[in-house]
Amino acid sequence: MRGGTSFLKDDLRFAIAKKEALIGVGLAVFHFIWWYGFAYGLGKTKVERYTYIFGLPAWFFYSCILGFFVIVLLVILTVKFMFKEVPFEEEGDG
Amino acid sequence: MMNMNIQVIIPLVLFLIIFFIVGMFAVKFVSTSNSFVQEYFLGNRQFGGFILAMTMVATYGSGSSFIGGPGAAYHYGLAWVLLAMSQVVTGYFVLMVLGKKFAIMARKYNAITLIDFLKARYNSHFVNILAAISIIVFLFSSMIAQWVGGARLMESILGVSYTTALFIFAVSVLLYVIIGGFRAVAFTDTIQGIVMLLGTIILLVATIKAGGGIENIMTDLRKENPNLLSPYGSDGSLTPMYISSFWILVGVGVVGLPQIAIRAMSYKNATAMHRAIIIGTIVIGIIMFGMHFIGVLARAVVPGIQNADTVMPLVTMKVLPAWIAGIVLAAPMAAIMSTVNSVLILVSSAIVKDIYIGYINKNAEERKIKHMSLWVTTIVGIAVFFLAIHPPNLLIWLNLFSFGGLEAVFIWPIVMGLYWKKGNKYGAITSMLIGMISYILFDRFYPNPFGIHTVVIPILLSFVTYTVVSVSTIRLENVKRSKSF
Repeated sequence: MRGGTSFLKDDLRFAIAKKEALIGVGLAVFHFIWWYGFAYGLGKTKVERYTYIFGLPAWFFYSCILGFFVIVLLVILTVKFMFKEVPFEEEGDG
Repeated sequence: MMNMNIQVIIPLVLFLIIFFIVGMFAVKFVSTSNSFVQEYFLGNRQFGGFILAMTMVATYGSGSSFIGGPGAAYHYGLAWVLLAMSQVVTGYFVLMVLGKKFAIMARKYNAITLIDFLKARYNSHFVNILAAISIIVFLFSSMIAQWVGGARLMESILGVSYTTALFIFAVSVLLYVIIGGFRAVAFTDTIQGIVMLLGTIILLVATIKAGGGIENIMTDLRKENPNLLSPYGSDGSLTPMYISSFWILVGVGVVGLPQIAIRAMSYKNATAMHRAIIIGTIVIGIIMFGMHFIGVLARAVVPGIQNADTVMPLVTMKVLPAWIAGIVLAAPMAAIMSTVNSVLILVSSAIVKDIYIGYINKNAEERKIKHMSLWVTTIVGIAVFFLAIHPPNLLIWLNLFSFGGLEAVFIWPIVMGLYWKKGNKYGAITSMLIGMISYILFDRFYPNPFGIHTVVIPILLSFVTYTVVSVSTIRLENVKRSKSF
């Protein structure tokens, strides 16, 4: 894979792209832990002993509803503050 | 009943007419654009953030999100909503992970299809042919499932025979795909995405009202069966392992679906991508949460439904006035149509662009390609129509089968191809083969091993194969290269 291909060209844009892809993976891991932790952390007790928030079982409220809002907020923040604008076209063509 | 149907039909027909107008509008671009292939199959990479987000959501949210999903939620209770929420991750994950690298590389390679990308990255005929075959076979079968779903829905709304419904459905899909290509599909996807979103919200609010508020509904459900409120499902059969494994099948694994991945190279610039990530996450979350939660609520509002597939239409008719019900029922129609459109375009691009131009006639003229594309799209559509008249029995299976199969085949050649320099064609070929074969074998002989979804192990196997084979063939690759350069 050496020489020849432009694939290996040292490119600042690729460093940015890689970092952003890793941020995506990190977000997904956090998302999964939140989703799983609340669902089974609070949901594993007997149904008779559930507590309720806005009429919904607490596990469901935290995992599926609050979790969604938290993720949307995190996605907005990461995109606004950590993602960078880069040109996609090569110079000269396009 | 007949009266109700007419009031339901009118919004649906209006909806179809809007599609045709969009198709006509898009065809103008096809005739003015300088490269027919790029325009027809990719929309000339000009999509902004909103259109990109909606076309991804609409392609991803298929009939199962609106018909099968709420039906399962009706049966299992809140646990199925928990499962469905694993799909929110796709809203940001696909675009973030394929992201800028894919957009840059696709432009560098001048890639129009996913196979163009793989071709340029691995430079191997085997990879191209394997990829084209997987796309044609797997997507063809998923298309049949979707067409049957669309026809069944039309059958129940219009009150016509199944074959008539299928015919109406096929003609409307074909007409505007043939006329407009990818851009028409993306624009109609956008309208369909909006319809899906609004339909979900209206129906959710109306269902909660009809049930006398959430607290009331939850009390009813608890009286009927307390397990409906637990994360283990009404019969306690849904294990955490099983539900979590859907994070792979319908969550992060979606990166490997060609119909989704191709959208990650169709956008205009980084701003469009950034906006699409935010909009896509919000929209997919609302639709997935809303539709599945409605399924659970429906159990209190319309108890005793036997056929799971009728939950969504029945609850819609029950809680909404007829004419609004028509608009809301356009949502699943939209979901099915938008998935079918994108898949149809993809299958015909695999045949025309990757097989015909790639291997049969390398120097085909522009006009010839144009004719071919239109013909192939038509023929594929007609073939699906005939297969869907007497559909194979295991529809959901077919559909999910294609989902998992495509993921097992494509995910690593795409993702590792983007981010791992050492990945080579030997790794890609073996991992595609192992992914496909192990998926088929597991599915046939040992489904859901260790209580996880069938797709998980083939994806792991194809990852191991990709890395091990790539590393161990580095020298082979280098020797060959130094010879050929």
